Amino acid sequence: MNLQNILNEIEKVDADVFERLDHVSRRHVFHNFLKKAVTGVAPVAFGAILNKAYAQSSTVTDVLNFALTLEYLEAEFYNIGLASPGLITGMEGWNTFQQIAKHENAHVALLKTALGGAAISKPKFDFSAKGAYPDTFSNYKTFMALSQAFEDTGVRAYKGQAANLMSAPDILTVALQIHSVEAMHAAKVRYLGGSRGWIMGAMGMPSAVYAGEDMRVQGGVDVVNLTGLGTEQVTGAFDEPLTKEQVLAIATPFLA
Amino acid sequence: MEKLPKDPTVIPQGFTGKASAALGRRVFLRYLGATAAAGVALNACKSEIAEPLATGSARAGEAIDLGDIGSKDVNVLNYAYALEQLEAAFYTHVVMNPYMGMNGYEKAILMDIRDHEIAHRELFKAALGSAAIPGLTPNFSSINFNSRESVLGTARVFEAVGVSAYNGAGKYITTPDYLVLAGKIVSVEARHTAIISEMLHPQTMSFAGDDIVAAASGLGEARMPEEVLALVRPYVQEIINGKNGGHA
Repeated sequence: MNLQNILNEIEKVDADVFERLDHVSRRHVFHNFLKKAVTGVAPVAFGAILNKAYAQSSTVTDVLNFALTLEYLEAEFYNIGLASPGLITGMEGWNTFQQIAKHENAHVALLKTALGGAAISKPKFDFSAKGAYPDTFSNYKTFMALSQAFEDTGVRAYKGQAANLMSAPDILTVALQIHSVEAMHAAKVRYLGGSRGWIMGAMGMPSAVYAGEDMRVQGGVDVVNLTGLGTEQVTGAFDEPLTKEQVLAIATPFLA
Repeated sequence: MEKLPKDPTVIPQGFTGKASAALGRRVFLRYLGATAAAGVALNACKSEIAEPLATGSARAGEAIDLGDIGSKDVNVLNYAYALEQLEAAFYTHVVMNPYMGMNGYEKAILMDIRDHEIAHRELFKAALGSAAIPGLTPNFSSINFNSRESVLGTARVFEAVGVSAYNGAGKYITTPDYLVLAGKIVSVEARHTAIISEMLHPQTMSFAGDDIVAAASGLGEARMPEEVLALVRPYVQEIINGKNGGHA
């Protein structure tokens, strides 16, 4: 196996790969590739890393399949939305949802490749959530509200799984890189809907998506008391995690 | 049918992906280029702006060594504390010296962000206790605080670098609670990046633009500490040093 060829292949897929790899030079990347599996950002490299280094770890596989489930849901949601005539209006809406859809589809591809044969198949989704949202793809307000809920949930879901990836530092880094992108999406969709980009208090719909976001104690310290800042500002300064069970409870109504 | 916005921060393809030991410098130049395009007065007077809000207990020119950032959690926390100090000082200055044309909504957003950064800074300071590095003294002489483009362009760089720093350093953290805490903060920094980008380039894809999220993989940036420190060093009067984890 020729490592330099692999690197060149990655570069074809992602021209920025050497900058996005957290190393300062190609030589350094190469060195790390030899030393141990490096954090790949292209699906092929990421897949190879996972299959070689972590295929034995059911914890890591479970986390990635959990993530894949959410990414399947988001990608399909945006793909259908973009294909629904008259739903998304205005240049800002198109720019926003096209960019988000591009990322969610890329996340699906990345995770599927990483998991290889262990990847779960795409579930069937019901974006009406058993009739709770009958106009998801015909009412832009409903679509934006669900987009915000999915993105904020995604941020909380990845955050909740970070500690389960500590044994696999390269996978953890990739998960964090996805996590931060979901947060950018969430902020923009919130802004598009007329809210601030951050979650202040535990307000929002569905309420389960925002449960616990009113936390003012961090690391055992009440940050409102520590700083004298407002409760809204302090709760906005920290995004809270959700457990896998909490996330599945939110997502299950959207499974057909 | 994808349409990319005219975004001065998008790097030409030919500029990336080449082997170079000076990559850190190149990335820095890319950011300088980005902020220059956004109107930052790079040749602003060299004299340092008096910074009334500096909590600085360190002295200008003094070296502050964060050590091997991968070797223990306290070093990662101090690394984060340094970055949060810089951000908090920046937004404090921005809110106290509003750029021309700052409207009420923009001010409210910038005040929120300022408060978030202060909350982060104070939490790290409290958590670190006597292990904390000294308060840093900012050097914002390259920023034109009267200019909306300069301020928001710089803010976007600070936020994006902050996100990439947390993304890159997460794997060094050995205590699960600290990892979760870093996660609670980094997603808020990512939210800031998106909103600052939106203010700078309204209604475009800039909120998660191809210059900060790889289009092919959908991954955000991750940077190692040495690269991050090289990017932020010009904005701090002390000389902050630190090493990537895994150094022999």
